[in-house]
Amino acid sequence: METRFQGRAWLFGDDISTDHIIAGKYLGSMDLKSLAEHAMENVDPQFSKKVRPGDILVAGSNFGCGSSREQAPVALKGVGLSCVIAETFARIFYRNAINIGFPLVECPALRGKVKEGDSISVDMAAGTITLASAERIPFAPLPPNLLDILRAGGLVPKLRQELAARPP
Amino acid sequence: MSGMTMSEKILARASGTPHVRAGQIVDGYVDLLYMHEMLALAIKPFDEIGVGRIWDPSKCVVTVDHWVPPPNEQIARMHQAIREFCWKYGIERFHDVGDHGIIHQLVVERGYVRPGMLVIGSDSHTNMAGAMGAFAAGIGVTETAAVMATGKLWLKVPETLDVRVDGRLSSRTGAKDVILRVIQTTGDDGASYKAVEFHGGTIHDFPMNERFVLSNMTTEMGAKAGMVPADGTTREYLRELGAESEALDADSDARYLRAYDIDVDGMGPQVACPNNPANVKPVEEVAGTKIDMAFVGSCTNARIQDLRAAAEVLKGEKVAARVRMVVTPASQAIYRQAMKEGLVEVFLDAGATFTSSTCGPCFGGHMGVLAPKEVCISSTNRNYPGRMGSPESQVYLGSPYTVAASALYGQITDPRGA
Repeated sequence: METRFQGRAWLFGDDISTDHIIAGKYLGSMDLKSLAEHAMENVDPQFSKKVRPGDILVAGSNFGCGSSREQAPVALKGVGLSCVIAETFARIFYRNAINIGFPLVECPALRGKVKEGDSISVDMAAGTITLASAERIPFAPLPPNLLDILRAGGLVPKLRQELAARPP
Repeated sequence: MSGMTMSEKILARASGTPHVRAGQIVDGYVDLLYMHEMLALAIKPFDEIGVGRIWDPSKCVVTVDHWVPPPNEQIARMHQAIREFCWKYGIERFHDVGDHGIIHQLVVERGYVRPGMLVIGSDSHTNMAGAMGAFAAGIGVTETAAVMATGKLWLKVPETLDVRVDGRLSSRTGAKDVILRVIQTTGDDGASYKAVEFHGGTIHDFPMNERFVLSNMTTEMGAKAGMVPADGTTREYLRELGAESEALDADSDARYLRAYDIDVDGMGPQVACPNNPANVKPVEEVAGTKIDMAFVGSCTNARIQDLRAAAEVLKGEKVAARVRMVVTPASQAIYRQAMKEGLVEVFLDAGATFTSSTCGPCFGGHMGVLAPKEVCISSTNRNYPGRMGSPESQVYLGSPYTVAASALYGQITDPRGA
């Protein structure tokens, strides 16, 4: 999968929980489209209508805290975001996103440098974010084992590749 | 070479190496994998992986807990898919409706969790099993499918926070109040990617039901795992369930990232205010806040001791006018025990409703969801916006004592005077 993205930034604050991202009442399904309609609804009910494919969500610390619901990254991927950049992520959200092939960028240095609607670009492998002003902000790239999962498109395709490569 | 923390010891054993250090990435071989309704969603990725069998069905436990019994056809279909999956793949420890419980409670009351185990669950509050001296962490749907297929997962050995709690608590004050104080101290991401170990005199004196509350809410510190050393209390608890136990603690020269010394001497009840579990205040500071609903339930605080505490406050009294109270035991076994002890009658006499075991209201699922503008005092674990229903509702978190006392007066109330 792609590891370079460019899109408009949507700004959110600290401690955006999985309850903010997708409410408990939608947890009976993993359907990308229907979850996407309700993405971020508890913070901004119009979010799913405003986002364009490729846009980037930029948040503060502890993004995705709360439950283990994988519907949270599924909803954000489903709404068309190319990735989420946050100062820090909560751990289960982080694993879930990588496992479904949805890229995350942890970049504490970005605080205060992006305005809503700015066009920014991300290079996952190189570990750089390029701002609208052309300023480059470095971040620590994902560890190789996680980058491999992302490149395969998620944990399921990664395991399928491994199983196929195994001698019978 | 310095000694190991509890996480390092358990992850060394689970990855088949004599010694690991925080920061290392290991493949952990899972001793216990437990799953609730999220299993229904893991079936598709499991089928896509295509191994056609579960690595070891005897290491799996399944129940239904989030929506029990099913409130609509969509959920009924999930339960149906789970049943058929368990039968097909030979998962014998499948606890269906009637034999169910909130999974974190079910696995500890059946003796499935033992000290030293690597426990993985399809829910964020899997941390609770760490109170047994296990390393217990939550994962999502895709990874649940992967563990069923392979029996392992990658884990970064976490740094550990040593949380030492000492002092004698005020009356009607317990582990819920302690953990709220701890979360206030560390913040709701203070243990992000890290493990927490609890030590100190207060912890040592806590019975298992209180230790479960501590480990349970390390999730609200962002922790990967929250552990209490396995000691004589653990051994006695397991002995009553007919299970073996061993003592387990960190080495005395283990390396911690940071230590917190929390003095709770004389501390009274604490309440987490909207909309963050770290927004904690002493109950006196929020006393008088009007409520619409009082809820005793969830994996955090709905064990028999919690129901006893609430009943002690409510006995012979009535829930305030214009307030409704919902009491939901954490398992069917607790339901039965509450019946035996006459607690159900106390709740019904007080005007509360008593339900079958479910996670239901805690995550805004069913059986007690909040409308806009409603305020709830709840014995549960989270109060982010919309957690229990409408995004315009508000949730205060407190102990079962505080919830019951608040129900009586229709406003948040210090249980020590109720």
